[in-house]
Amino acid sequence: MSTPPLLDIKDLRVEFRVYGGVLKVLDGVNFFVNAGEKVGLVGETGCGKTTTMKAVLRILPMPPAYISGGEIFFKGQDILKMRNRDLGKVRGRGISMIFQDPTAALNPVFTIGQQLGAVVQHASPANNRLSKRQIREKAIIPLKEVSLADPERLLDSYPIQLSGGMRQRVCIGMALATDPELLIADEPGTSLDVTIQDQVLRLLHGLVEKKDTSVILITHTLGVVRETTDRVYVMYAGNMVEVAPTHKLFAEPLHPYTQGLMQAVPKLTGGGIAEGIPGRIPSYLDPPPGCRFNTRCPRVMDVCRHQKPPYFYLDEDHQVACFLYDQTLDQHKEETPSI
Amino acid sequence: MTDDTLKARGLKDEILTVTDLKKHFVIGQKGTVNREPITVKAVDGVSFGVQAGETFGLVGESGSGKSTVAYITVGMYQPTSGTITFRDQDLSADSKGRSLALKKEIQIVFQDPGSSLNPRRSIKQILELPLRIHQPDKDCLHEVLRLLDLVDLPPEYLHKYPQSLSGGEKQIVAVARALATDPSLVILDEPTSALDVSVQGKVINLLIRLQREFNLTFMFITHDLSLMRNVASRVAIMYLGKICEVAEAAEFFQNPQHPYTQMLLSSIPVVSAEEEAAKPAKIIPTGEIPSPVNVPRGCSFHTRCPYVMDVCKQIDPVMVEVGSEHIARCHLFEQPEAVLNQVPEEESSPVPQSPQAIIPGN
Repeated sequence: MSTPPLLDIKDLRVEFRVYGGVLKVLDGVNFFVNAGEKVGLVGETGCGKTTTMKAVLRILPMPPAYISGGEIFFKGQDILKMRNRDLGKVRGRGISMIFQDPTAALNPVFTIGQQLGAVVQHASPANNRLSKRQIREKAIIPLKEVSLADPERLLDSYPIQLSGGMRQRVCIGMALATDPELLIADEPGTSLDVTIQDQVLRLLHGLVEKKDTSVILITHTLGVVRETTDRVYVMYAGNMVEVAPTHKLFAEPLHPYTQGLMQAVPKLTGGGIAEGIPGRIPSYLDPPPGCRFNTRCPRVMDVCRHQKPPYFYLDEDHQVACFLYDQTLDQHKEETPSI
Repeated sequence: MTDDTLKARGLKDEILTVTDLKKHFVIGQKGTVNREPITVKAVDGVSFGVQAGETFGLVGESGSGKSTVAYITVGMYQPTSGTITFRDQDLSADSKGRSLALKKEIQIVFQDPGSSLNPRRSIKQILELPLRIHQPDKDCLHEVLRLLDLVDLPPEYLHKYPQSLSGGEKQIVAVARALATDPSLVILDEPTSALDVSVQGKVINLLIRLQREFNLTFMFITHDLSLMRNVASRVAIMYLGKICEVAEAAEFFQNPQHPYTQMLLSSIPVVSAEEEAAKPAKIIPTGEIPSPVNVPRGCSFHTRCPYVMDVCKQIDPVMVEVGSEHIARCHLFEQPEAVLNQVPEEESSPVPQSPQAIIPGN
């Protein structure tokens, strides 16, 4: 690839230093997004999806969080080394984020107009202070884009006067008001009903297509990823365990964790529900050595308990961090019967 | 409105019978001189029956009233009107007015085990409480151990507290607590919505095993239709306090009739091409769910329905049979003459003969 990726996370390590010890949450995360690409990020609750993205925007609470290693390049610049003034330019105009819970993301004591106005002012060049009227005129544009009825009245409404679906639309409008190059959508539909989620995702999809924005979609609903992304990362306990183009991943999931997740999803065609993956995400205080999935893996081998698996390339674009796919370790597979 | 069709069928061994159930909550008053109460019609004329041994599924979006139905059944609320009977015993009193023998028969598992289990009580204390009330002469410890064994939790868990358990294990404890009284009807109110998909299967399969073992009847409430497909034997769908459609599970998913059911089914994100093929033709959802305080007149779904007709804005449809064991509440399925007779001539519009005729192709 000749052009460098828009966002490139290299070997990112994040720890949380708490009273009980050090939580080693992100354990060498590698992740990239090309310009114009829609990337999905899936995994169970607590696997580090949101932590990774918060590290990108440098909005992790520090302390207790501490970035103990790695680099995050956005358009060639390392975000972790940026001064605050430069970071302000990246946030909003470079990268914006939509949060899972729109109710918590909007400030309850300011009107939608005041909150959107602040975003609009931030998006305009620094030496150009807008008048109140200009702000209002500009603030109404994103509300129209997310097809909200009666945007004039909405500007003077407080978040509590809006339904959940409307609030999430406002958040989408707000995130896109700055014309960012990269949009991080953290579970944008999870707190909404199915039909409303469908509407919101459809709207988001249409807008990013139109504006040619790159998207990172964080979710634990595999169906949503399948329908809206080009490429998917699967995350488990602070590691990216598998990455592949969406159609390949859904056709042939390779990592035992991905396979377990896929089987656990109830199918609309019926046929019962798989047991899922036994156990739970290990404690970050004392994660198992080797592959962090070894405590739950149905096909665990000896080597998994000692050595962290590197990425094995099956295709140019399909990588998996699992020793099952290591051609040089064939003897291990025969030794261990699958359980 | 009564759903005579359901009652008339005379289901064999109906364990729970609900007829024209209503629950209105007064949330405030409007006007200063002539005070009028503002009411939320959470449940507004619901009729259905649950057969012994089946899993009766209740689906709907938030605010549709599905949990209110569950809470009335278990005795947390008193219905405003309508009847609800359990094996011919009246359930219209709330739990204060119910006999202990009746309360023992109906148990509930709540959505969020994090808040339904008391964090200051050990698992032993949690499981003991219903036993002390309902079976005071039995050996408690022995019974608690039996319950833990039933749900495959090791005996060490006796002295653990909820906070040291994972979400799935907490929900399993909540299931064990519901089984402590040896009930016949268990209401599962979104039992896995708070859990990750990877642990959902374990809880669901446990529930299915227990149902077989003890011949339990389940009322299963969820908004996840893919899950519903795999657990329910019969499904009812609710929208703004009313039931839209009831059918056997296979029929419900293969041959949905009500436009709302079709909209909901076609909106589910799925993970494989086979499932994609099993979904009905895409109906792009429009509009918001109206507030239950201001339910639209006529059919409450008419503001979002793609097939809306003039009559829908005027008259609330009644349940009609659309297939074997399959009923739906929509003007599309009523006899065209009957509908035309109900509306003034100038307001009527041509009513299509069959719903298929106007469903757009894929």
